[in-house]
Amino acid sequence: MRRFVGGVLREVPFYGAVAFFVVLTAFPFYWMAITSFKSNSDLYNLTNVPFWFNEPPTLEHFQYLFEQTLFARWLLNSLIIGTCVVVITLLAALPAGYSLARLTGRGGETLGIGIFLTYLVPPTLLFLPLSRIVANLGLQNSMWSLVLVYPTFTIPFCTWLLMGFFKAMPIEIEEAAIVDGCSRFGAFIKMVIPLSLPAILTAVIFTFTLTLQEFVYALTFISSAAQKPVTLGVATDLIRGDIFFWGEIMAGALIASVPVAIAYNSFLDRFIEGITGGAVK
Amino acid sequence: MADLVEPIVSRQSPRFRFLLERREVLGAVFVAPAILYVFLLVGLPFLLAVYYSVSAYTIYDPSWRFVGLANFRQIVQNPVFLETLGNTFLFTFASQLLGLVLGKFGALLLLRPFPGRKFVRALIILPWAVPIALASIAWEWMFDSLYSVINWTLVALGIIDRAQAPNWLGNPHLAMLCVIVVNAWRFFPFAIVIFLAGITAVPPDVIDAATVDGAGFWRRNYQIIMPMILPIVAIGLIFGVVFTFTDLSVVYLLTNGGPVGATSVLAFQGFQVGIVSGDVSHGAAISLFMLPVLLVLVIGVLRFIRRREI
Repeated sequence: MRRFVGGVLREVPFYGAVAFFVVLTAFPFYWMAITSFKSNSDLYNLTNVPFWFNEPPTLEHFQYLFEQTLFARWLLNSLIIGTCVVVITLLAALPAGYSLARLTGRGGETLGIGIFLTYLVPPTLLFLPLSRIVANLGLQNSMWSLVLVYPTFTIPFCTWLLMGFFKAMPIEIEEAAIVDGCSRFGAFIKMVIPLSLPAILTAVIFTFTLTLQEFVYALTFISSAAQKPVTLGVATDLIRGDIFFWGEIMAGALIASVPVAIAYNSFLDRFIEGITGGAVK
Repeated sequence: MADLVEPIVSRQSPRFRFLLERREVLGAVFVAPAILYVFLLVGLPFLLAVYYSVSAYTIYDPSWRFVGLANFRQIVQNPVFLETLGNTFLFTFASQLLGLVLGKFGALLLLRPFPGRKFVRALIILPWAVPIALASIAWEWMFDSLYSVINWTLVALGIIDRAQAPNWLGNPHLAMLCVIVVNAWRFFPFAIVIFLAGITAVPPDVIDAATVDGAGFWRRNYQIIMPMILPIVAIGLIFGVVFTFTDLSVVYLLTNGGPVGATSVLAFQGFQVGIVSGDVSHGAAISLFMLPVLLVLVIGVLRFIRRREI
C-alpha cells in the first residue's frame, strides 16, 4: 500500500507537467468553444465565472453567423480555393517529386533542395510584387488570385514531401513493369501513382490545410467581403466599426478550426516522415 | 485534339518513344511545370521586389524611375524603422527561445508512454495545426481590455485588483510580451514534434550501450541524444525562425503594430507602407531588410542538409 501511494506521489509531477501543457495548448480553443455557445448576457457579465455556462448554452451566434453574415460564402470560397490549389499542386508536384527522386540523379538532389528552399521565401517578401502582378492580371479583389499564388508554396512543399515518399518506395516495382514492356511514363501512371495513393492523400490534406492557414496573401489581395476565404473573413470581417461580436467571431473560428485540427492530427506522422525523410534518405 | 494525338502514341513513333524513354528527358519534362511555376511566381516577383526597392514606384505613380539606394537611406534614417528592426529581432529571438524550451520539455514528457498519450499529443499539436489567424483572435479575446479571462482569473485568485488589472494589448511592454507568447505558443508544438522525430530516430542500441556504460539520464540526453538529433533540430529551428521573423499575422491581428509602434515588426511595416499606404518602393525596401537574415538561415539549412548526406 505504501509503495502504491509512493508510486502515485512520484507520478504527480509528471502528470502535473502534462496537465500544464494540455491547459496551455488547449485552453484558447476551449475558450473559443465555450464563448461561441454562450449567450451575450452571460459573456459580458463580469460577475459570472467565465469558465463554464452560467446561463443555458445557445446556438444564437451560429445562427447569426449563417443568416446575417457571409460566413457560408467564405466557407464555400475556401473550399473552392483549396480544391483548385490541390489540383494545380498535384499536377506539378507529383511528376516533379517522382522525377527528383528517380530520374534526375545527382543534379536532381540539388534541384530538389532548390525547390524546397523556395518554400522558405516568405510571403512578406513577395506580397508587394505579387499584388502588382495580380492587379495587372485583373485578379485583384478576387479569390482566383489566391488560386494563382498559393501553389507557390504548396508546390515546393508537396514536391519535397512526395520526393521523400518516392525515394522510400522500392524501385523494383517500376523496373518490373518496364521489363514487362511498360514505358517509363506508363510505369509512372500505372504502377507508381496507384501505389503512392497514401502519400498523395497526405499531400492533398496538407495542401488543403496550408491554404486554410494562409493569411498574409489573402489579407493583401482581397478586400471585398464576398471574395474572402474563411480565415480572413472571420478574422477581419466580423468586426463592425470598433465593436467585436465575440460570440460570432469565436463560432466562426471554431467551425473553421475543427476540420484543420482533425486533418492535421490524423496525418501528422506521415507529414513528419515526409519532411524529415526527404532530407535523410 | 485527341484524334491527332492518339495515332502517334499507338503507332509509337520510335523517335517520340525513344525520347520519353530516356531518363533525363522524362525527368526534365516531369520537373518542368513545378520549376516554371516557382520561377514565374517566386523568382520573378523576387527580382521585381528588388527592383521596386531601388525605384520610385507607388501605386499612385507607377514609375520605374531608378533612384538607387535613396529609399534605403531614407528608411534607415527613420527612428521608427530602427525601433521596428529592434522589435523584429526581440520578437523572433524571444519567441523561438521560449518555444524551444517548451518544446524540449514537452517532448521529454511525450516520450514516455502513459495512458492517453495519443490524445494528449493531439491536444498539444493544436496551436500549430489551427490557422494562426483564428488562434490569434481567440487570444485577442483572452487579452480583451475588459473581459480578459486572464485578468478575471488573476482577480479571482486575489493576485491583482480589478482596478489595476493590466491592459495586455494596450501597454507597450505587455503588448510585446503578448505577441511573443502567442508566437511561442504557436511554434512549440512544432518543436515538440521535431524533437520527438529526432529522438525516436536515434537507434535504441546506442542509448542502451550508453546506459550499460554507465551514462545517466542527463548524460544520455545531452551527450548522446542531443548531438545526434542536432541536425533535425537545427532545421526545425531554422523553419521556426524564418516563419517568425517574416510573419505579420500575429502582430496584425493582436496589436496592429501598436500601441504606438511598440510591436511593429519588419513584415508588418512593409505591409503598412507598401500595401496600406501604397508606397510600394519603400515597402519593398523595408521587406528586403529581412533578406540578409534569411540568406544566413538558408545557408545554414544547406550546410545541415549537405552534412547529413555524407
